[in-house]
Amino acid sequence: MSPIISVSNLSKVYGSGFKALNNINLDIRRGEIFALLGPNGAGKTTLISIICGIANPSEGNVSVDGHDIIKSYRAARSMIGLVPQELHTDSFESVWATVSFSRGLFGKPKNPAHIEKVLKDLSLWEKKDSKIITLSGGMKRRVMIAKALSHEPQILFLDEPTAGVDVELRKGMWEVVRTLRDAGVTIILTTHYIEEAEEMADRIGVINKGEIILVEDKAKLMEKLGRKQLKLHLAHRIDAVPPALAPYHLVLSEGGTELVYDYDTAGERTGITSLLGDLRNAGIRFSDLETSQSSLEDIFVSLVRAP
Amino acid sequence: MNYRAIRAIYLFEMARTWRTLLQSIVSPVVSTSLYFVVFGAAIGSRITEVEGVSYGTFIVPGLVMLSVLTQSIANASFGIYFPKFVGTIYEILSAPISYFEIIIGYVGAAATKSIVLGLIIMATAGLFVPLHINHPIWMLTFLVLTAVTFSLFGFIIGIWADGFEKLQMIPMLVVTPLTFLGGSFYSVNMLPSGWRTITLLNPVVYLISGFRWSFYGIADVGVGLSLGMTLGFLATCLAIVWWIFRTGYRLKR
Repeated sequence: MSPIISVSNLSKVYGSGFKALNNINLDIRRGEIFALLGPNGAGKTTLISIICGIANPSEGNVSVDGHDIIKSYRAARSMIGLVPQELHTDSFESVWATVSFSRGLFGKPKNPAHIEKVLKDLSLWEKKDSKIITLSGGMKRRVMIAKALSHEPQILFLDEPTAGVDVELRKGMWEVVRTLRDAGVTIILTTHYIEEAEEMADRIGVINKGEIILVEDKAKLMEKLGRKQLKLHLAHRIDAVPPALAPYHLVLSEGGTELVYDYDTAGERTGITSLLGDLRNAGIRFSDLETSQSSLEDIFVSLVRAP
Repeated sequence: MNYRAIRAIYLFEMARTWRTLLQSIVSPVVSTSLYFVVFGAAIGSRITEVEGVSYGTFIVPGLVMLSVLTQSIANASFGIYFPKFVGTIYEILSAPISYFEIIIGYVGAAATKSIVLGLIIMATAGLFVPLHINHPIWMLTFLVLTAVTFSLFGFIIGIWADGFEKLQMIPMLVVTPLTFLGGSFYSVNMLPSGWRTITLLNPVVYLISGFRWSFYGIADVGVGLSLGMTLGFLATCLAIVWWIFRTGYRLKR
């Protein structure tokens, strides 16, 4: 199936000379939840801004369901709902008016039933006649989501949707996102909460310093996560791993005083029992052992820190 | 054309007027009434006639123009500056609408407000002095053209401004002096010849002169010239707005 968003060779240089995006190539699949991870200033918001028409690209192309975002901006933009990171809302409008305004702006005929449903799904129905200025931060965030959903987009961008949102509300928001995905909406979210990506996403992309450095199915990433390491601190230094232990692919480190064994917790057998038995047979004794698991966070940090 | 979007922006802006009724309608009407009391009644009673029209009657078109000009600029500049300031402009920029449609929405609403205001002020003036309009169609033409032109001008200021100070600067420092010196309160013919020549460089003179002609058939400059200058200023504003949107100046990063 053709990708719903296709970004090719996209670069962005700001007026100040700062290169925010460098030759980005990225395809978003139809109906997926794609999490874009990256540290602050990595270019997440710039990428979203260009796709949605808020910033101009310096080079490259973006097409949304086959529509070029510049030449066919109407067709492209009418498919997209955007929830920006900052809380940009009117103050004196009512919730109902501002959400209806968004629907009109996107050229959709009035549909009070749809607006009602969106407000109810986001637990905003009781506040529909309240002025936005009277709402709490979490409610304003939901108003912005309601505005984005008011025109029934097929693609939803959520830029840091749960920043500053309490745990319960965050769970409620994920519920809404899942429902949307089940209804066939493609969702692209940026976050720097890694658990969030882990919990929600089908695929994960990592962006750093304006470049996409990894795009992978979450399942594959989780496989990497499923791997653990056993470190054995040896009682006596050894020069080489005895040939009898070759099947375990052990790595000798710390100047010959530590053996490292990688194993998969998802496998039926970890091989730890037999390894320990074989070590004793080979006459290697250890003074201590530790196990560790690489988290998505470790992978992320190592990717982002890499020169 | 995305008519629903134009409608949404237009109604949104008009709703803002009703919310700020005191500031957008009542206060200009009050200040214009004060002008009538001061210039029309107090001072005007000592001035006999200007070109065959009583002074109080003479200043009506100029006063209407004064309000239409300043309110068009204020409304339109604030209308587009505010979304920029609070950040809600993101939604306008990401919506499937053309720049032309954005302008129709914002400028249309600002112009509507100042036209309504102009008509209210005329009606108010009718309470103080006898009014007669020789060329009602031309009167409306000049009113609409001026409201649209200066709403566009305000729109440009609103996009250019990156602070509230700048938003006020052009109206205060440029437009108000030009309007006062544009013949609202006097006929350009009353000036010494040197000042007359300088005054003719002021575009507002042509607007007020043409507008006054549509009331009383008297004008400082030819009506054709007035119309031409108004259209010329409109074309200039349109060209600048076209350039702003083409380049994304101060709107898109």
